[in-house]
Amino acid sequence: MQLTGAEIVIRCLQEEKVEYVFGYPGGSVLFIYDELFKQDKFKHVLVRHEQAAVHAADAYSRSSNKIGVCLVTSGPGVTNAVTGIATAHMDSVPMVIISGQVPTAYIGQDAFQECDTVGITRPCVKHNFLVKDVRDLAITLKKAFYIAKTGRPGPVLVDIPKDITNQKCEFDYPKTIAMRSYNPVVKGHSGQIKKAVQMLLEAKRPMIYAGGGVILSDAAEKLAKLARRLGYPVTNTLMGLGGYPATDKQSLGMLGMHGTYEANMAMQNCDVLIAVGARFDDRVIGNPAHFAEISRKIIHIDVDPSSISKRVKVDVPIVGNLPDVLDELQKLLEASAGVPDPKALAAWWKQIDEWRGKKSLKYKQGKEIIMPQYVVEKLYEVTGGDAFITSDVGQHQMWAAQYYKFDKPRRWINSGGLGTMGVGLPYAMGVRFANPKATVACITGEGSIQMNIQELSTAKQFRLPIKIINLNNRYLGMVRQWQQMFHGNRYSESYVDALPDFVKLAEAYGHVGMKIERPADVEPALREAFTKHKNDLVFMDFLTDQTANVYPMVAAGKGLSEMILAEEL
Amino acid sequence: MRHIISILIENEAGALSRVSGLFSARAFNIESLTVAPTEDASLSRMTIVSTGSDDVIEQITKQLNKLIDVVKVVDLSEAAHIERELMLVKVRAAGKDREEMKRIADIFRGRIIDVTDSTYVIELTGNGSKLDAFLEAIDRSLILETVRTGVSGIGRGDRILKV
Repeated sequence: MQLTGAEIVIRCLQEEKVEYVFGYPGGSVLFIYDELFKQDKFKHVLVRHEQAAVHAADAYSRSSNKIGVCLVTSGPGVTNAVTGIATAHMDSVPMVIISGQVPTAYIGQDAFQECDTVGITRPCVKHNFLVKDVRDLAITLKKAFYIAKTGRPGPVLVDIPKDITNQKCEFDYPKTIAMRSYNPVVKGHSGQIKKAVQMLLEAKRPMIYAGGGVILSDAAEKLAKLARRLGYPVTNTLMGLGGYPATDKQSLGMLGMHGTYEANMAMQNCDVLIAVGARFDDRVIGNPAHFAEISRKIIHIDVDPSSISKRVKVDVPIVGNLPDVLDELQKLLEASAGVPDPKALAAWWKQIDEWRGKKSLKYKQGKEIIMPQYVVEKLYEVTGGDAFITSDVGQHQMWAAQYYKFDKPRRWINSGGLGTMGVGLPYAMGVRFANPKATVACITGEGSIQMNIQELSTAKQFRLPIKIINLNNRYLGMVRQWQQMFHGNRYSESYVDALPDFVKLAEAYGHVGMKIERPADVEPALREAFTKHKNDLVFMDFLTDQTANVYPMVAAGKGLSEMILAEEL
Repeated sequence: MRHIISILIENEAGALSRVSGLFSARAFNIESLTVAPTEDASLSRMTIVSTGSDDVIEQITKQLNKLIDVVKVVDLSEAAHIERELMLVKVRAAGKDREEMKRIADIFRGRIIDVTDSTYVIELTGNGSKLDAFLEAIDRSLILETVRTGVSGIGRGDRILKV
């Protein structure tokens, strides 16, 4: 049957079982929107800014392992989307972005709403395509979905000129696809896995360091099985939170720049480290030279060969899909019937418990001023630790990561790699679309929330009962913290003046607003929001301590064990 | 260390910019880059000369392999290989310089491929140092322009880069 390009786009999305397309119409995508109007197999979510469309689709992916899809027009539609695409790319989130382009004959003519989309997005996508012939459209979309979700996942963009969407050709959606230039590795090298098992069993001071790859590849259960079999301590990166239950006794919490004392000390002092879907980035291991000062054996499992030995030299590299590699590892471990040295392990745990004794996350909640950490702890209690939490970027993000104990994967949605302020609200929207019954809270700050606040309108249109936890300290808190610590208390442009009345703002959009100023009101307000206003979007504006800092802290360029702790100040 | 990296890449629009963009985005260094379609028109072959420590070169090959359009990557300098570069030099060749220029071109096994009453265009192939040596050997003031292709390389014997 002959279909137009626009009809083909719609049919491809249906074939891929897409449930939602997040987008914003415009001139170059009018034919596609026209076909979208005529169908009811998937729904379209109209955002208020293209950046939010991408973030929402991104969170839809992150919270479900389905592929988020967005649709934007040419020119400014795409340039607005770039921040969202780069955010997803840095955190390896599978997504497909469809962008309109000016008609083929106009390309390169500086046409209205023209930009070099493939050129602009090239460095921040896993791959992109410009479709120049309607006969290539279906196979290109098939490739886009295939590339997005296989190997190390990532966003894939398909740029479609307007004339292509109005030309006809025979439609045939390929069932499978093979590309000679793209064959992601699945199975790990069994010789390497054997070596890893041996090394793990011989460890005296072992450490499991688990990253976002565990979440992305749905390997959390397999990781837990391995960790429990060995009885070794586990730390999660910011992106890996929920990849191992935070409330488990083997969990040392998050590591890195704002990691716990015990996680960072164990990371630095272990003799065998197994990195699982993690990439030793600068916010995690601090200064690589300092990290390398203490020698330890490192096993590194990752699906992306270029992540291995990029910042830290490893001894046993294993390239492969995590669940497959972990299965194989477990199998060899059981077959070997070996057990870790119980004496050494007991001594190691004793040492770790001593580090834990520092209680590096302690803080004091007085009677007058609300501490931001307290709000997160109360949120954890009120939601029974079972909510989906999105965050923006800054101090509140770190407090959310430190004080909300994530026991399940895909519950913690934040921009770790790119660190994009403004993701929190659109992320919460995407989470709720992927998990229609879930409790969703967005922990944010008065700086970040204003970077995509227009989405309160989308949330109203789709009746998304998100709870916005605004930790309002009237400062760009993380900037202020660095200025205090490293720039002689000169708070250059970090004070947020002329803030709106968030309660009225929420009400103006048709939502419920609450302002909470006293510690005693924190818990009752949260309870009210999550019970009485269960089905409403509630904007909770918490006025918090203006001087609170995130601790522990490893300053940029310092070593992991060179932590600044709260009590030392 | 200097490395010669050969790549087979899908011959599609933008393939070159994916590679060159990768080098600039990751601060890898490119000394030269040549590209042209192979006998199979669906594939292009690139030769990139880069310098860097072993770690950097390892990252370069890994990152190149990660590009979706890249079919194969080989570090030619890991084993026996041949490299050649083509240079065209336009020189002033009048009066007493005319005979001397011809003589030096012959010594370097260059060919004169364009002649006017006052200029020659000399074609020269070889590795980079041979081309450099030729430029050193002639009178600098007689050089009107030079154009070099950058290095192309191929493995010796049974080392074959093919799909």
